[in-house]
Amino acid sequence: MSEERIDIKKERDDGDNTRRDFLKNMGIAAVAGAAALSAVPADAEAKVELAEHLQGHFELMTDGQKKECIERLEKRYTEEFGKKTTVSNAPPVKGVLFGYALSISKCIGCRRCVKACVQENNQSRHDPEIEWIRVLKMEKGNLAFSADKLDKGYPETSALGNHGVQVGGNAYNAVGVSGETEHYYEPDKVPEKDAFYFPVQCQQCEKPACVKACPTQATYRDPNGIVVIDYNWCIGCRMCLLACPYWARRFNWAQPNLPAEDMNPKTHYLGNRPRMNGVMEKCTFCLQRVRDGRYPACVEACPVGARKFGNLLDPESEVRKILATKQVLRFKEEYNTYPKFFYYID
Amino acid sequence: MKIMISFAKDFVSYALKGGGKYYAWLLFLSFFILVGAYTSFRQFSEGLITIGATDQVSWELYISNFIFTAHIAAAAVLVVIPAYIYKRKDMKDLAVLGEIIALSFVTIGIIFVTYHVGRPDRMWHMFPGIGIFNLPNSMLAFDVVVLNVYLIVNAIAVFYLLFKKYIGQPMNKKFYTPLIYLAVGWGPLIHICTAFVLSSNPRVHSWASAVLPFAFLSMAGASGPALIIIIFLLIRKYTKLQIDDAVIDLFSQIIAWSLGILLLVLSAEYFTELYSSTEHAASLKLNMFGHHGLNTYVPWFWITMVLIIGSFVMLLIPKIRKSYNSFLPAVCAVVFLTVLLEKPVILVFPAFSPTPLGEYAIYYPTLIEYFNMLFVWALGFLGLTLLMKGAIGILTGEVRHSDAAAVKGGVK
Repeated sequence: MSEERIDIKKERDDGDNTRRDFLKNMGIAAVAGAAALSAVPADAEAKVELAEHLQGHFELMTDGQKKECIERLEKRYTEEFGKKTTVSNAPPVKGVLFGYALSISKCIGCRRCVKACVQENNQSRHDPEIEWIRVLKMEKGNLAFSADKLDKGYPETSALGNHGVQVGGNAYNAVGVSGETEHYYEPDKVPEKDAFYFPVQCQQCEKPACVKACPTQATYRDPNGIVVIDYNWCIGCRMCLLACPYWARRFNWAQPNLPAEDMNPKTHYLGNRPRMNGVMEKCTFCLQRVRDGRYPACVEACPVGARKFGNLLDPESEVRKILATKQVLRFKEEYNTYPKFFYYID
Repeated sequence: MKIMISFAKDFVSYALKGGGKYYAWLLFLSFFILVGAYTSFRQFSEGLITIGATDQVSWELYISNFIFTAHIAAAAVLVVIPAYIYKRKDMKDLAVLGEIIALSFVTIGIIFVTYHVGRPDRMWHMFPGIGIFNLPNSMLAFDVVVLNVYLIVNAIAVFYLLFKKYIGQPMNKKFYTPLIYLAVGWGPLIHICTAFVLSSNPRVHSWASAVLPFAFLSMAGASGPALIIIIFLLIRKYTKLQIDDAVIDLFSQIIAWSLGILLLVLSAEYFTELYSSTEHAASLKLNMFGHHGLNTYVPWFWITMVLIIGSFVMLLIPKIRKSYNSFLPAVCAVVFLTVLLEKPVILVFPAFSPTPLGEYAIYYPTLIEYFNMLFVWALGFLGLTLLMKGAIGILTGEVRHSDAAAVKGGVK
């Protein structure tokens, strides 16, 4: 029992005791090696370590292996965070293709969705701080064309002569929405005057660039159309992060810092279970909730009802009605990734 | 089997013998290996947070160095091609040295990729059979295959050639000729494949470019022979192995024209970007002129351009090409370092700005990252030095099996 607690401490490495942990790791490796060689039963913690290292891709495991793996994780997380943690393996819902619709005219940029997401999905709180949703703030640009520049514009009059041909003196003044965006705004009050907001998260593409780029198929699309990651199979090469045109993936640059009191104990293997050092993570439409028939946390948290969620195959669902009646756009359509995340205008 | 053991023993003992300068060089490398062992331990125990990479700029010095090592590894075929395809007699012996360079630099590259990966303990997930290879989708998976095949082919070729020389037997042409031709074909392939790992990401505008493989090949043609000339000049000076001036001349010409082609490729790329000046040009403009005061990369860009053009002009002058003991090695060192410098400051870091959501971020490598990089380089150069030294012993006949003369065929 006490042995296991030490091992758990190692998992939550806070950087101070790395040397001891390293020695411990070496010890575990040595024990594991010795066990493999001499067939002497290794101690329990080395077995957990080894079993996790040797476990295969989640989709390719047999039901027995999955069960074993989940029990192992539940036990580990329960001890690590001091609360009864469940790791679900609820299967995808039959006959459902999840879709998301977000009203860009309603969003006020309060970022409660971001907070709710972090809490629901057990993200690392600091060093690295990980947030899956980015809310972009766009300021209105200059609203006026300048009369002084009516007969200006390049090519400027030069030694080669001025032939009176203009290109436009106002060409380099931002007019209208400037296109400059800001993710790190800290206003006293939202919505700010003259600002538009544009939340971005994983777009759950039908043709995801990240899945194509992953060399080990650690990331893949589930039958509900959600792109998931097997955190235990990811090698941390970050090709998916590089491929994603929505910058929707986050990397655990260090052991995540998840305070035990903030931990959400209701988890799913492919969703919000605590992650480890050196793996990718991303929005999964709150897989642990939607496979249970609930809304994602961000949908519930939105105070203005800008976020809608539902089954794209059901003509009576809210998302389908929005697709049918509103002005809808997909972000960065030119990348041909076919997102199932739609922006609309009310 | 006994011959194998004596081959290994003779090879290593010759490789470890040398003068004061030789030991000083080995000691110099060992210093970086020692420091790097500690910094590597830090990185692997604490995670990649110890290096400068972020979600915004997610490729670090390791990958930029890896791309460079692919340049050198691919360029090693330029030693093999004249020897085996143009049948130059004065280069026949040198071909094996080219293979050794390829072997060492592919290894360095693979180690760099290991440092880049967040969970190197899970690399087995990619091994065929026990893991999953996402073929034909993932370009990285292709790159892994291509690099490892190149490594194996070169390792076999080097070992076979040296071993046969060692025991004084003629080589079986039916076995090694196809092997050599495979290596020659595979050299450019590792390069093109590495370029595709980059250009397969349309969101990184400055890499989503069709000229990338050509830029890579021409840079390989410049930096590889630059290193080869330096190594050959050192060999000529300090060992008994004879290398003709004609060989050096061939390589200096290859560098000159590779730089010429590189300049053409770069100007084509910059024209395409800058004339229309769409969003596609944003990272190049950051690199050339900065953006809202973010000027860190700007001097590096112009220094690199000046150095490329400068060394091209220098190498056009026959007098400099022929100054084997003064200007030529200096220019070669400049070419080598310029291409090495170009990787992080022009190719990799600026390409990440703006990010897909429009952020501009400057990359600052950490000390741990620098020392890890030096560690890998030192390790690579140590391997390269020892392999070269042993191979030279065999080529000059100083190292050979005691019964070699008795074995049928004799030394060729």
